[in-house]
Amino acid sequence: MAAARRRIHSRVRDGAHLTAFLARRALGALWALIGVEIVVFLILHLTGDPTSVMMPPESTAAELAAFRHAQGFDRPLIVQFASFALSAARGDLGLSLRHQEPAMTLALARLPATALLGAAAFAIVLLIGVPAGVLSALRPRTAIDYAARIIALVGQSAPTYWIGLMLILLFAVLLGWVPASGIGDWRNLVLPAATLGFFSTAKLMRLTRAAMLEVLEADYVRTARAKGLTAWRTVIGHGLRNAWLPIVTQLGVELGALLSGAIITETVFAWPGIGRLAVQAVFERDFPVVEAVVLISATTFVLLNLAVDLLYAVIDPRIRYA
Amino acid sequence: METTLTAARVAPDHGVSNRTVALRRLARDPGAVGGAVVVLIVAVCAIFAPLIARTDPNLQNLGATLVPPMWIAGGNGAHPLGTDNLGRDLLARIIWGSRVSAIVGICVVAIGGSIGVTAGLLAGYRRGWVDALIARITDVQLAFPLVLLAVAIVAVVGPGLWTVIAAIGLTSWVQYVRVVRAETLSLREREFIAAAQAAGATSSRILTRHLLPNVTSVAIVLGTFEIARAVVFESSLSFLGLGVPPTTPSWGGMLADGRQYLDTAWWVALFPGLAIMIAVMGVNLLGDGLRDALDPSAR
Repeated sequence: MAAARRRIHSRVRDGAHLTAFLARRALGALWALIGVEIVVFLILHLTGDPTSVMMPPESTAAELAAFRHAQGFDRPLIVQFASFALSAARGDLGLSLRHQEPAMTLALARLPATALLGAAAFAIVLLIGVPAGVLSALRPRTAIDYAARIIALVGQSAPTYWIGLMLILLFAVLLGWVPASGIGDWRNLVLPAATLGFFSTAKLMRLTRAAMLEVLEADYVRTARAKGLTAWRTVIGHGLRNAWLPIVTQLGVELGALLSGAIITETVFAWPGIGRLAVQAVFERDFPVVEAVVLISATTFVLLNLAVDLLYAVIDPRIRYA
Repeated sequence: METTLTAARVAPDHGVSNRTVALRRLARDPGAVGGAVVVLIVAVCAIFAPLIARTDPNLQNLGATLVPPMWIAGGNGAHPLGTDNLGRDLLARIIWGSRVSAIVGICVVAIGGSIGVTAGLLAGYRRGWVDALIARITDVQLAFPLVLLAVAIVAVVGPGLWTVIAAIGLTSWVQYVRVVRAETLSLREREFIAAAQAAGATSSRILTRHLLPNVTSVAIVLGTFEIARAVVFESSLSFLGLGVPPTTPSWGGMLADGRQYLDTAWWVALFPGLAIMIAVMGVNLLGDGLRDALDPSAR
């Protein structure tokens, strides 16, 4: 998606209109969502008959037949897909098999908790990853640079959930500063957000460092220095401003990684978001809920990417829409 | 670990083969050498686990549960890294757990690499509707939170080593498509392809004999990073209880067991996590070194 975004970016820069750009992106997003529906449908039918997946193993033949008929699984596959696609487009994925409530309503009710966690993690990524990367590039081969690089290496190598467990061990069990799990005030948010943001922070730190090192060697930065601009103005006004584009591209990718990572992080910290709901639903064989979570996550991801594409116009003054 | 790759060719060096030049560069890179040593240790553990581990990883000893590591009061040399809640030896389980990680890493790369490289070659060489179709499929795949996609597949098909491999493999091919397609797009404009076409070579011959060997270096580098990703991914699924069965020791499964004893027996969760981190770091460092050795311009 990053490559596609770069292609779009260069096309827009060439003078395409905002409306054409938006239409193309919206069409792409629509296709991605239709594709997601197809994949969700196919996954449920991977074993042939979804009844066996959704019903408890000890169900009798009569119970299975009744369920199969009630869910419409005895109809031709193409009819089932058409019916599923139409319902999914309306946001109707049927009732949760365990809670007997609309699956979409259940999943949407959990969305704010995930959004809060994602926003907090994203803030950490942005507020720590970018400045640390800049500092590391400005002071190469110093203690700051080595520390940032080691943290980046650890962050990209250690599994998210293990980082979470170690943070719980240190800050909740040993020091007792923050609660180990659950939702409540801001203190409950600290560990899950740090855990969720750790991997992306490490990645962004590396990327920012590399982008800044490249930009700082450019002629215009040398010119800015020669003009007598302060180091601060050179770095922020000329360096970071030009290194910003690959960083924003990566930020868009990291948003998707945060959504994916939320599934694990929410399970570790018993955070009541859609990720934890999805894992619970998988164990309860509650597939309408799993489908709802997949559709909500994919839609969110596609819309966030659309927003990142539009951000280019704000960041890069060379982009002209009209 | 930045996986943005460009050309993968190595400049000729006075009659020395490209492979030798790349190997020399690799040997001069301390990070890559360190990474290679770690990867070698994990591979040896995985292959010779029955010979290296002193005890059966599933042998329970309810009289010696949650024994601390040997350097802490209460620990002993019989269990250097301590035991878990069922009295199983943690060191033996970590050694055996490397098998699952190694198998998953290699198989996932084989699946994802085969699909991704084929699709990338076709998209880049054929262009047109083939390229458009593969691009659309790629967009759909990227719209999914990958953990959720793998969780959904495992949930439907049922947990197990091969389901986990298939689920992770099917989520990893996209990375190869993007890189191999870009590489093929540039290669197809080169003279040697035009010459092959003029000589009457069929498309399949050009793809397999001329383009494939030229994208192999890029795919190998990417494959290294994908091994690291697969190891973490597998351990995450095992942690969620959707990976390999509990009777097969796996690092993720061990971590899930240790989670309940964080406040009383921290070592149960610490050591398997360290094993994952060190193994993944080794693979990543080796991947970084390979990328620099095969393609200095991507440094």
